[in-house]
Amino acid sequence: MVNKLTAPAPQLRRTPLNRIHRDLGGRMVDFGGWDMPVQYPAGTIEEHLRTRNHCGLFDVSHMGEIEVRGADAIPFVNRITSNDVAKLIDGQAQYSALTTPDGTVVDDLLVYRFAPDHLLLVVNAGTTEKDWDWIASHDGGESVKLKNVSADYCQLAIQGPGALALLQKLTSVPLAEIKYYHFAQGAVDGVPSIVSRTGYTGEDGFEVYAASDKAEQLWNKILDVGAVGTDNGVLPCGLAARNTLRLEAGLSLYGHEIDETTTLIEANLGWICKLDKGEFIGRERLARQKEEGVQRRLVGFEVTDRGIARDDQEVVVGEKRVGKVTSGSPAPFLKKNIGFAYVPTELATIGGEIKIDVRGRLVGAQIVKTPFYKRAR
Amino acid sequence: MANVPEDLHYSKDHEWVRVEGDEAVIGITDYAQDSLGDVVYVELPKPGDEFATNESFGSVESVKAVSEVFTPVSGKVTSINEALADEPEKVNSDPYDAGWMIRVRMTNPGEVDSLLTGAEYEDFTKAEKE
Repeated sequence: MVNKLTAPAPQLRRTPLNRIHRDLGGRMVDFGGWDMPVQYPAGTIEEHLRTRNHCGLFDVSHMGEIEVRGADAIPFVNRITSNDVAKLIDGQAQYSALTTPDGTVVDDLLVYRFAPDHLLLVVNAGTTEKDWDWIASHDGGESVKLKNVSADYCQLAIQGPGALALLQKLTSVPLAEIKYYHFAQGAVDGVPSIVSRTGYTGEDGFEVYAASDKAEQLWNKILDVGAVGTDNGVLPCGLAARNTLRLEAGLSLYGHEIDETTTLIEANLGWICKLDKGEFIGRERLARQKEEGVQRRLVGFEVTDRGIARDDQEVVVGEKRVGKVTSGSPAPFLKKNIGFAYVPTELATIGGEIKIDVRGRLVGAQIVKTPFYKRAR
Repeated sequence: MANVPEDLHYSKDHEWVRVEGDEAVIGITDYAQDSLGDVVYVELPKPGDEFATNESFGSVESVKAVSEVFTPVSGKVTSINEALADEPEKVNSDPYDAGWMIRVRMTNPGEVDSLLTGAEYEDFTKAEKE
């Protein structure tokens, strides 16, 4: 009844931490062409709770990094993304999207501003090549130099209320002074790094970027000073926990809540859509949608009957199939079953009752405000 | 090393059968629960439901995945483990006892002879891992 555990196909890509994941007992799966740990022996629920209560460590080295340098770095990136790069200061980052002329999403990403002529785009692992091709093909003659530096970087995410204290043991960069969505450069365990106060879990925490060949050193050192193996120590966390954490936090996952068929307005990402900044790809359609409204909207829901809603299951209201679940899962911290779904705008009201077709059984759910979880501040 | 009690019968789908007279108690093995991870939900049939050999009688869900469970023997459900509704984790902590799933009155008690012994199941799981 269970899926067989298979050895990785030789064509799966590996991060610098692949051997460590296996040594730690990670259960490896194919994630967008990468051989990644879905969980470690502690299990997804424990990894999720440990991140909310103490600290979790995530290998996110498979994410992509694209460097944009040159005098026109900001106007170029501003033309191809939805958020306003010109509003950033040096040392600040922003969540944004690469948009199509239809206002739909090529990818969501973080834009880091090092200097007016130096930006770093951090993109999803499964879309790095697509994004590179897209960005390169939209070079409109601006004075920019583009470089895919994904292979040069490893990236570790340290997330949870204990993340700052843990990471502070390894660096003299004053971490408490780094504001949310800002970053600093400095040595972590002697390794030159970018330390960014960002994350995908809804907790306080940091994402550390360093040279690929330093990944093992940083990972092992973090586990060591973080007292891995103790009840309140750091835990390595796999992709399943990464997913349940971001879902509770109400964060979108590319390929689920957003893709090339969903506009930023439909996806409730109007807040990263800065229509007033000037021309960008998709601006016209997004402006029209903001003004006229959209036919469908992304909503968060909680399952109210017995059962767990899963990705791609249909939303039923009355007798009609009206939409689809984009992400559905148990929420280990909230101890509920939650999800996101697209529904017709007229049904997208908080408190609205819907049903989800769970493998032939109609399971009741209620539309709720998101994020489902908000950390205490 | 997964636990494989000798007195049970096993299927290649990783279910176990304990024969009690003309009834069979059925659940999933230690190997199966370990592969699944934390069980968060169990879907079971109702008493009175009938199943053919190897027919799906429900499902077991972890955070990430849904797995169907198949009955190694045909029969009619006489009772189900109601405790799993509130404590699905019993499947992980005690797969052969408190984590039992359904009890059926066997249509053909001879069917268990076609199932694997503990030793055969152990060999089978070792081969699967390679």
